[in-house]
Amino acid sequence: MNKRLHYVIDGDDFTSAGQASGDVKKVLKTLGVPSEIVRKASIAMYEGEINMVIHADGGVIDVDIMPDRIVMALKDSGPGIPNVEEAMQAGFSTAPDTIRNLGFGAGMGLPNMKKYTDSMEIDTKVGVGTTITMTVKIV
Amino acid sequence: MEGRSHSVTLEVEKCKGCTTCIRYCPTEAIRVRGGRARINSDLCIDCGQCIRVCPNHAKQAVFDQLQDSMGRFKYKVALPAPTLYGQFNNLDDIDFVLAGLLEMGFDAVFEVARAAEIVSDYSRKLMETRALTYPVISSACPAVVRLIRSRFPSLCTHVMSIKSPMHVAAALARTEAMEKTGLARDEIGIFFISPCPAKVTDAREPIGSMSSEVDCVVSVANIYKPLLLRMNKLKDGDPRHLASSGIMGISWATSGGEASALLEEKYLAADGIENVIKVLEELEDDKLSDISFIELNACPGGCVGGASTLENPFVAKARIQMLRRFLPVSRNKYEEREVPPHIVDWHFPLDEQPTEALAEDISEAMRKMQEIERLTAELPGLDCGACGAPSCEALARDVVAGRAKENACLFVLKHKLGELFEDAATDALTDAEEDKK
Ligand SMILES: Nc1ncnc2c1ncn2[C@@H]1O[C@H](COP(=O)(O)OP(=O)(O)O)[C@@H](O)[C@H]1O
Ligand code: SF4
Ligand SMILES: [Mg+2]
Repeated sequence: MNKRLHYVIDGDDFTSAGQASGDVKKVLKTLGVPSEIVRKASIAMYEGEINMVIHADGGVIDVDIMPDRIVMALKDSGPGIPNVEEAMQAGFSTAPDTIRNLGFGAGMGLPNMKKYTDSMEIDTKVGVGTTITMTVKIV
Repeated sequence: MEGRSHSVTLEVEKCKGCTTCIRYCPTEAIRVRGGRARINSDLCIDCGQCIRVCPNHAKQAVFDQLQDSMGRFKYKVALPAPTLYGQFNNLDDIDFVLAGLLEMGFDAVFEVARAAEIVSDYSRKLMETRALTYPVISSACPAVVRLIRSRFPSLCTHVMSIKSPMHVAAALARTEAMEKTGLARDEIGIFFISPCPAKVTDAREPIGSMSSEVDCVVSVANIYKPLLLRMNKLKDGDPRHLASSGIMGISWATSGGEASALLEEKYLAADGIENVIKVLEELEDDKLSDISFIELNACPGGCVGGASTLENPFVAKARIQMLRRFLPVSRNKYEEREVPPHIVDWHFPLDEQPTEALAEDISEAMRKMQEIERLTAELPGLDCGACGAPSCEALARDVVAGRAKENACLFVLKHKLGELFEDAATDALTDAEEDKK
């Protein structure tokens, strides 16, 4: 058995950003997933969700929770990432100043997503969009 | 699960089954069944919220009764929480309160504010080691610590592993009394004067150690009247000089007091259980990494807002601010010669006690979740509370757990009854038609 969750992330509604990952956190706790894993998965998803809103005008997130792992797929039709290696560097950010004033844009999102998950794949094409798939193992 | 002791109870005769409390309980621990409220002791954190909101005053905290308890001991020490000082009108000197306690029959007083200053000093030293999990969360409010261990278990390691000023005061007071009187341990009674039910539970079943030196807990609200009477009878002029705490210790009664005593700039202080939950959510999402210390109080305004106090928290806070004037910043330090570390340190770490999982096995939990979602979709979604659960989803969870029936929902019941009537009506009609034929 598995549990699937689907979220549409509105790129125009910055104030709602982070709600989907908050919901996933609640579901994972209810399913009895160990607290350290809940923490890792929800932080990784939070960063990806915020990126979708800041950099890619929203998108969709599919979460598949299985007894042994959590797979999160974040898909957007934004500008794409021209240089993934550069984007993955701690501190690299193209976020506008208005967003920085709110405490975002520290360039730690992608590095944290990598750090908190067991695997992360970035499929991106400039002008087409970005799909990031992350897996967190439960056992 | 082990039987947890609690101090919030229901006075059955007063409860009208009105469902007010179920909506305010932050852990959804209360249900109204059979016309009265029932508290699930695995979920209750003794925050006192239901006591505050019950319109019929049916929710109560179980305190020790002063009269009965005083007779049990040869030598009695009162441990007033600093919140007590904020309850009196026109008070300009804490000594009046302390002298009043002696007049009531206590043989000595040991201010909890004194222990708070020792704890503050000890915490400052711990924070300086930089060897803790940051941000460090205060362990002073037992309702908050219980909330963390059940709803935010991944944050257990952030909680500072030291005892609250109440426990430290009790241990020091007993040692002092034994040395002074030569009496045996059990001939001395340590009485904590408490702002809240959470401290009662914490005295009986302390967090981080096997036992507490607190023998009895009486509430600020209960002691107020007899104490005021004695205070008024005190001769004019100055009472004996008894107070031995300063601004820092007394400030523990209000939100932010503990944190500011750490002399740590990067702190956050939140009060009121809903705000506490919001901060813990943020911390869990790793959003507070720039903060060093987090002070959390379950009650609005801090302990001055405790459910077993009398005065409005804003008034009490203002009074405490006035009482602090002209006092030394602090009058007590942590000295290892006088206070061995085991008096302050927890003896064992905080254990996670998660309560949110639907089942131990994830697949089983998924199956239940599916069932809950199906049921919730069938319910009207009004969250009206008439079924005795705080929301339609909560009723669905109860049904799946086998603790309630779906037709506890009036709408479901009406629908079912409707079907029953319709069936009966159709039967009657067909019978009549057949008769005609
Ligand atoms: N979904 C995305 N679409 C387009 N660009 C992205 C996306 N996610 C990240 N980026 C790019 O990668 C950079 C680094 O991302 P991140 O590490 O999260 O830092 P930050 O969001 O703080 O800028 C971003 O500034 C942005 O240029
Ligand atoms: S904030 Fe103070 S009064 Fe309220 S529950 Fe916590 S310790 Fe008790
Ligand atoms: Mg980012």
